[in-house]
Amino acid sequence: MSNKVIHAIYDDDDVLLKAIKDVRDANHQIEEVFTPFPVHGLEKAMGIANTRIAITAFIYGLMGLGFAVWMMNYMMIVDWPQNIGGKPSFSYAENMPAFVPIMFELTVFFSAHLMVITFYLRSKIGPFVKAKNPDPRTTSHLFLMEVIVDSDENKLVDLLTNTGAIETKIVEKH
Amino acid sequence: MSHYEAPIRTPLILGDKSYQDISNDIAAPIEGKANKWWWSVFIIALIAFLWGIGAIVYTIGTGIGVWGLNNKINWAWDITNFVWWIGIGHAGTLISAVLLLFRQKWRMGINRSAEAMTIFAVFQAGLFPIIHMGRVWNGYWTMPIPNQFGTLWTNFNSPLLWDVFAISTYLSVSVVFWYTGLLPDFAMIRDRATKPFQKKIYNMVSFGWSGTAKDWQRFEEVSLVLAGLATPLVLSVHTIVSFDFATSVIPGWHSTVYPPYFVAGAVFSGFAMVQTLLIIMRKVSNLEDYITRDHIENMNKVILVTGGIVMVAYMSEFFIGWYSGSSYEDFTYLSVGAATGPYWWAFWALILCNGVFPQLLWIKKLRRNFTFSFIMAAIINTGMWFERFDIIVINLSRGHLPSTWTQFSPTFVDIGIFVGTIGFFFVLFLLYARTFPVVAQAEIKSILKSSGDQFKRARDAK
Repeated sequence: MSNKVIHAIYDDDDVLLKAIKDVRDANHQIEEVFTPFPVHGLEKAMGIANTRIAITAFIYGLMGLGFAVWMMNYMMIVDWPQNIGGKPSFSYAENMPAFVPIMFELTVFFSAHLMVITFYLRSKIGPFVKAKNPDPRTTSHLFLMEVIVDSDENKLVDLLTNTGAIETKIVEKH
Repeated sequence: MSHYEAPIRTPLILGDKSYQDISNDIAAPIEGKANKWWWSVFIIALIAFLWGIGAIVYTIGTGIGVWGLNNKINWAWDITNFVWWIGIGHAGTLISAVLLLFRQKWRMGINRSAEAMTIFAVFQAGLFPIIHMGRVWNGYWTMPIPNQFGTLWTNFNSPLLWDVFAISTYLSVSVVFWYTGLLPDFAMIRDRATKPFQKKIYNMVSFGWSGTAKDWQRFEEVSLVLAGLATPLVLSVHTIVSFDFATSVIPGWHSTVYPPYFVAGAVFSGFAMVQTLLIIMRKVSNLEDYITRDHIENMNKVILVTGGIVMVAYMSEFFIGWYSGSSYEDFTYLSVGAATGPYWWAFWALILCNGVFPQLLWIKKLRRNFTFSFIMAAIINTGMWFERFDIIVINLSRGHLPSTWTQFSPTFVDIGIFVGTIGFFFVLFLLYARTFPVVAQAEIKSILKSSGDQFKRARDAK
């Protein structure tokens, strides 16, 4: 298979969505689409599966809650029980109302931070990472579709131009 | 794809903008040079900040005896300022999280700056409990870490410790929420930067954001989940701040109405501060097309609602205090005793600034007026400072033992630290306004076709 891809540039999100549909209908493989803002319906048009990041957030939240319970049980009940204002210190359950705020805060803390870290890792973004968008205008106002050249490249260029691409460029990808 | 929006909704983006125009408008303050106006405000803020640092250094070097505190009034300006600042912070999270969940599109023009304000305000708030420790170098004792005292842990029954967790969670989650939203906008600045140094910096801070379809899908999901997490978080933070008072036994503090009332008051004062900043910013940074009169009006409506909640809380406190017939209740901060006692001026400042004057916002003409909104915001911020002053100082100035009754007068150090935090806040905000994309341009672009002026006009003409 050739390593050639075509970068087709669009200047309108609705035209882009239509183009994605046409290109996929013509049985071409869209490698990637770069957009300056979240275009609604883009992932559906491209056939991208739903993200599972919200599920991880829920799991991280449970971890935070578990950590909070473990920590406070160890510190306040097991390791050094103290009589504070006559509040019972014999069991976690009896003392729990006073622990609710921190159970909640740590749930949120774990869930939010670990989810965002997961997002950064999965999307491979972070400080010192080099941006992958092939054209600098795609973070501002243009949309770029990267299509794999799998057959006659002139025909593909024609197809893309017909779908409304304002520029097309054939690039050797390594 | 349909970009339909009801014609009754006024456009959120004025002027016939294209996607590129939005990029140009948002990047302009960063790429241009600061004007004289910016420099003069910055220098004033910097001087105030330095004065504040001096006052803080003096406090730490000498001890908190340099404040005006006394035996009876052992909390005063420090905690007043702490609650004031943390309350101000709440508006940013409300705009970016709660309004996101309610799908209020008008938040997009203002959420970035409101969140920046949140973070800078929480910085100021966090300073006060730390300074108030006196021995700040022992601040790490608030962390539940193994220590040199055997196994003496922090007390998880204490609302002060809840505060440590609440505020550090709030600050860190707000920063992450804000920063993740900034990535595409930093990337936009990076890709159009011409100076190599600028390009390098924005390349680093944009985390290599490229805007692929999958990235955007995750980005939107993360924003939504963070909004869902930040909404109860923001409510919990001021609730827990109110627990600092509500779980104590001081008459006037020991009150079950505090949590909802503090949250409403926080949003009330926070929106007032957002108004203050944005009314100036839209002019200085030429953002009149993105932060419109309708945005200001919408914020005034939120101010009116939350101000109403606060007023109802005041009235119920006042009524129940009187109705209980308890003599203790006659010197709490909302009582006949307070209204006529030595702190009558603080009592009436609270009632007038928070309760009476904001009612003028019922008049549509006034709440759509920039100058009036600006003045009203200043009045509300003053009023909300007095609310916390009243809660703390009036309630502490009287007590079960009449021979201890006293008053509080701040020293120059108290004033210096407060003014210093205002300076610090503005230093941070002004630096932000020159280096950050101050409007969430990626989000704005996503609503251009539904809420942009020319698109709406074209659709309605059909």
